[in-house]
Amino acid sequence: MTKIFTFLMLGGLLFVLLTSITELPTFGESYAPAHNEISNHYIEQGPEDTNSPNLIGAIITDYRAFDTLGEATVLFTAIAAVVAILGVVHHKQDKGDNHE
Amino acid sequence: MNDLIVKMTTKLVLPFIQLYGIYVIIHGHLSPGGAFPGGAIFATSIVLFTIVFGLRIGQKRLPHHVSSKLETSGIFVFIVFGLTGILMGYQFLTNQEAGFPMGEWGRVFSAGFIPIITFALGIKVMSAVVTLFHTMMEEE
Amino acid sequence: MQILNVILVIFLIIAAIAVERTKDLLSAVIIFTSYSLVMALLWLILRAPDVAMTEAAIGAGITTNLFVIVISRTRRQEK
Repeated sequence: MTKIFTFLMLGGLLFVLLTSITELPTFGESYAPAHNEISNHYIEQGPEDTNSPNLIGAIITDYRAFDTLGEATVLFTAIAAVVAILGVVHHKQDKGDNHE
Repeated sequence: MNDLIVKMTTKLVLPFIQLYGIYVIIHGHLSPGGAFPGGAIFATSIVLFTIVFGLRIGQKRLPHHVSSKLETSGIFVFIVFGLTGILMGYQFLTNQEAGFPMGEWGRVFSAGFIPIITFALGIKVMSAVVTLFHTMMEEE
Repeated sequence: MQILNVILVIFLIIAAIAVERTKDLLSAVIIFTSYSLVMALLWLILRAPDVAMTEAAIGAGITTNLFVIVISRTRRQEK
């Protein structure tokens, strides 16, 4: 019974997703919603604003630099999580002790 | 790992990997790449060294207190150069209006604080990945 | 170019299914590395060299090392 219900749910989900594919804009088209005035502004004003030939680098370190700061914090969070789980202590005077 | 071929190949290949990583970081505002790929490439070389020659020698090359200081100083440089914008009366992380020298188009020393921030972020990513691996490889 | 694209995408789908079906976790990690490498090639074909470099360095290099170290600390076979 649960199997039939699962198949019905997944089939409905497949139907919804497949019908919504036809509504998506064509890949790489100029009228897609992702290509709005912000990207036009970056392409036109980016070289004057940042004086950098690599526009992607200019965006991620100048226009969206605060975003990159958050990305750098993610790395610190990863290290904090690993040290918290594995429980490795990095103090020199603790080397001889028998902590866990 | 006690294999002569692997050790010799690592010794030969290592400087080129590190040079490529530094190139990608320094030319982050001129060519494809930037802080994250460059730092990852540089960290891959140190991780390779640690895997081949063992954790003890690897940690002697880049000890934990050095890498943790490098990581902290990377994010510190980032925030200090961001606060310069506020100091000059603009928003956080303002580049051109805050008075950073723009330089000549296409040179390494140009584009305001972008190469400095890319370098700091690259150092931070490198030391973060290396710290992660040394911590995970350490036996309890 | 079109044929190369189709071959790479088909390889990508096969690799993604194989990662899920493999019982040996170390083999699954290596298949995942090949998935990452093909993904980097596809990014290059899509004219995104930035993402291609990041995928090749982090996806194929760092992630593989991470998984191998995690497997060496736990068990190799899936239950």
